[in-house]
Amino acid sequence: MNILEVKNLKKYFATQKAVDDISFSLQKGSIFGLLGPNGAGKTTLIRMITGIFYPDEGEIFFDGKKFHPDDDAVKIGYMPEERGLYRKMKIGEQAVFLSRLKGLTKEHAIQNVKEWFVKFEMQSWWNKKIEDLSKGMGQKLQFVITVLHEPKLIILDEPFSGLDPVNANLIKDEIYNLAQKGATIIFSTHRMEQVEEICDHIILVNKGKKIVDGSVAGVKQQFKEDLFEVGFDKIPENHASQAFEVIGTKDKSLIVKINEGYTSNNVLQFFIQQNIGIVSFSEILPSLNDIFIKVVEGTPLARQFQPLTA
Amino acid sequence: MNKILIIIQKEYLTRVRNKTFIISTFLLPVVLALFIAGVIYFATHSSEKTTIAVNDVSGDFANNLKSDSSQVTFVYDKNITADNFSANGYKAVLIIPKYDSAHKDTVRLVSEKELGLPTQEYVKSQLGSALQKKLFKEKKFDKDAVDSILQTSVTDVYEFNAYKQKEGKIQQSNFWAAYGIGFTSGMIIYITMMIYGMMVMRGVMEEKTNRIAEVMVSSVKPFQMMIGKIVGIAAVGLTQFLMWIVLILVISSAATAFLSHDALQQVQQATHNMPNSGVAQAGDATSKISEFTHAFAGTKWILIVFCFIFYFTGGYLFYSSLFAAVGSVVNEDIQEAQSLSLPLTMPIVLSFVIMTTSIYAPSSNLSVWASIIPFSSPIIMMSRIPFGVPGTVPWWQLGLSMALLIAGFLFTSWLAGKIYRTGILLYGKKPTWKEMLKWAFRK
Repeated sequence: MNILEVKNLKKYFATQKAVDDISFSLQKGSIFGLLGPNGAGKTTLIRMITGIFYPDEGEIFFDGKKFHPDDDAVKIGYMPEERGLYRKMKIGEQAVFLSRLKGLTKEHAIQNVKEWFVKFEMQSWWNKKIEDLSKGMGQKLQFVITVLHEPKLIILDEPFSGLDPVNANLIKDEIYNLAQKGATIIFSTHRMEQVEEICDHIILVNKGKKIVDGSVAGVKQQFKEDLFEVGFDKIPENHASQAFEVIGTKDKSLIVKINEGYTSNNVLQFFIQQNIGIVSFSEILPSLNDIFIKVVEGTPLARQFQPLTA
Repeated sequence: MNKILIIIQKEYLTRVRNKTFIISTFLLPVVLALFIAGVIYFATHSSEKTTIAVNDVSGDFANNLKSDSSQVTFVYDKNITADNFSANGYKAVLIIPKYDSAHKDTVRLVSEKELGLPTQEYVKSQLGSALQKKLFKEKKFDKDAVDSILQTSVTDVYEFNAYKQKEGKIQQSNFWAAYGIGFTSGMIIYITMMIYGMMVMRGVMEEKTNRIAEVMVSSVKPFQMMIGKIVGIAAVGLTQFLMWIVLILVISSAATAFLSHDALQQVQQATHNMPNSGVAQAGDATSKISEFTHAFAGTKWILIVFCFIFYFTGGYLFYSSLFAAVGSVVNEDIQEAQSLSLPLTMPIVLSFVIMTTSIYAPSSNLSVWASIIPFSSPIIMMSRIPFGVPGTVPWWQLGLSMALLIAGFLFTSWLAGKIYRTGILLYGKKPTWKEMLKWAFRK
């Protein structure tokens, strides 16, 4: 069942089309990567999903029903990229205050805050203030505050920036945990290695439009360039063939690109016929990073501002 | 609704528990009391005694300059000159040449250190009265008799009262009571709108610079956020006011218990000995208090208290939402905040200035219109009401003014809400007033 369905969403600002006709759907319990270069329209898209902005056109369905910010906002946890908390307020009170705004009763809020503080070893923070925390500690707190009210949909914008590997892992594990318990997670970033590791499903937006949509494996298949790495005992001298072209050599292996109309078996056949010892043979799938660069390349990273005529 | 309550509670509690709130609430009345005590102290224990030698060539002034035990002592000695006064232990020497009606000579007051204006003025006035005495004597008048005639006022012989005749009834006019109530309430409203309006603005700026705004608007509507803050701060303001009133009552009753009757008399004496000074005016005002308390009896308290609460809240709501809007569009820059809030502080200051004149003429055209327009009505109307409803302020004016103020704050909070919604999430460049109005009026 889809927790979120976005249909033909549009949001135009005075100088640009921030989100230009984007549709996608999101399965319950999945971890979803929302990718795109800076200024692609990710934040605007998220702000519409969280009810901060009203879309100019298009519809959002949340949990099977039409999205109603007043009622549904409490079921969403959002950690914006521009994050912050009240600097002068005690941390415990702040967490309770923010989760009460998300619809928890005071008692429930206190109980949840205590549980999470124990889980993240933050018990001693209750009476401290934000100004006493380091940036990474603040980040951790912000994550806890985002998920405190047990939201069905959690939206994390660059959740790992500024975290050391230990704390990043802690939060990563928690993300898996929450997904397993049935929460759906939207993960907005331009750090591709994290997406590859965590996400089930990705979409890539650029200049307000959706360019890529699919599972991580599917997208990789879609963008594969029929590259294989073949490892040998020793590098063969003669490797001219109709079936493939050699793109590079690496130590004792060749990187080959299979020409159209041929398969990997043709490559193997060619080398076997020459009686060359093959040690390994594997397909090279593009990394998301490569795909990202390939798709986005050629378009200026920061979008140009141009007045809308339409 | 529930969310607004949670925000109000948070805004209130975090502010009331803040150290600066506690300090300012307790310190202000104490500072005020110390200030008043200081004024009284310096009035009774005047700074320094000055002994002045008088070198009176003609002898006309001898023994006619009265020494003031707390301030100036005159010693007559013709041997003291400008060259030897300090060697003889005098602070100054007053050299009076022979009086000559044909030629204007110079009376010299020579000292090593600056004597200060009060002492100079005192010497001058003593010279003047000695001179008068001499001239009266020449013309065969008795100066004391003339003085007592000159000081006679109508109230020594008659009672004087101003009456207003309205619908056949004659009412005693109580200008000073009305003035006192009107000025005080106008002043309080002025201070509230300024201080707490600014507090709202800073609160919003804080939310924006701390980047909590986006976290907040993902749970509550920006408008709820704004209203919660405004009402929360209003509650803080009321708390502070109540505490000040209680503290001032406590301190003043403690002060009257500790201050002896003698000290109070000394104050009175001191004020009489310093003509033209501010203290004397204050003394004058205290003598009016008896008139005041008498006149208070005829005041419609219920109406005034109701109107005060109405204009106090209305004025605060009218301006604070605009202050919130300004806070939402500025970034960290304090100067930016100042320049953008100027269009808001200007009308507040201006209405206060208008009040200082309109309170003397509560029925003038300026007063009437300024008390109807919502930008200035909270202060001006409140300064007019004590002069009498429906006497000075007809019912239609009061009704129109109230209706416009309600409409006004509904409009400003709607307008501010629109600007706030966009501004709070906007970082970087400072928007112009034109852009802000565009946000406000788009759908």
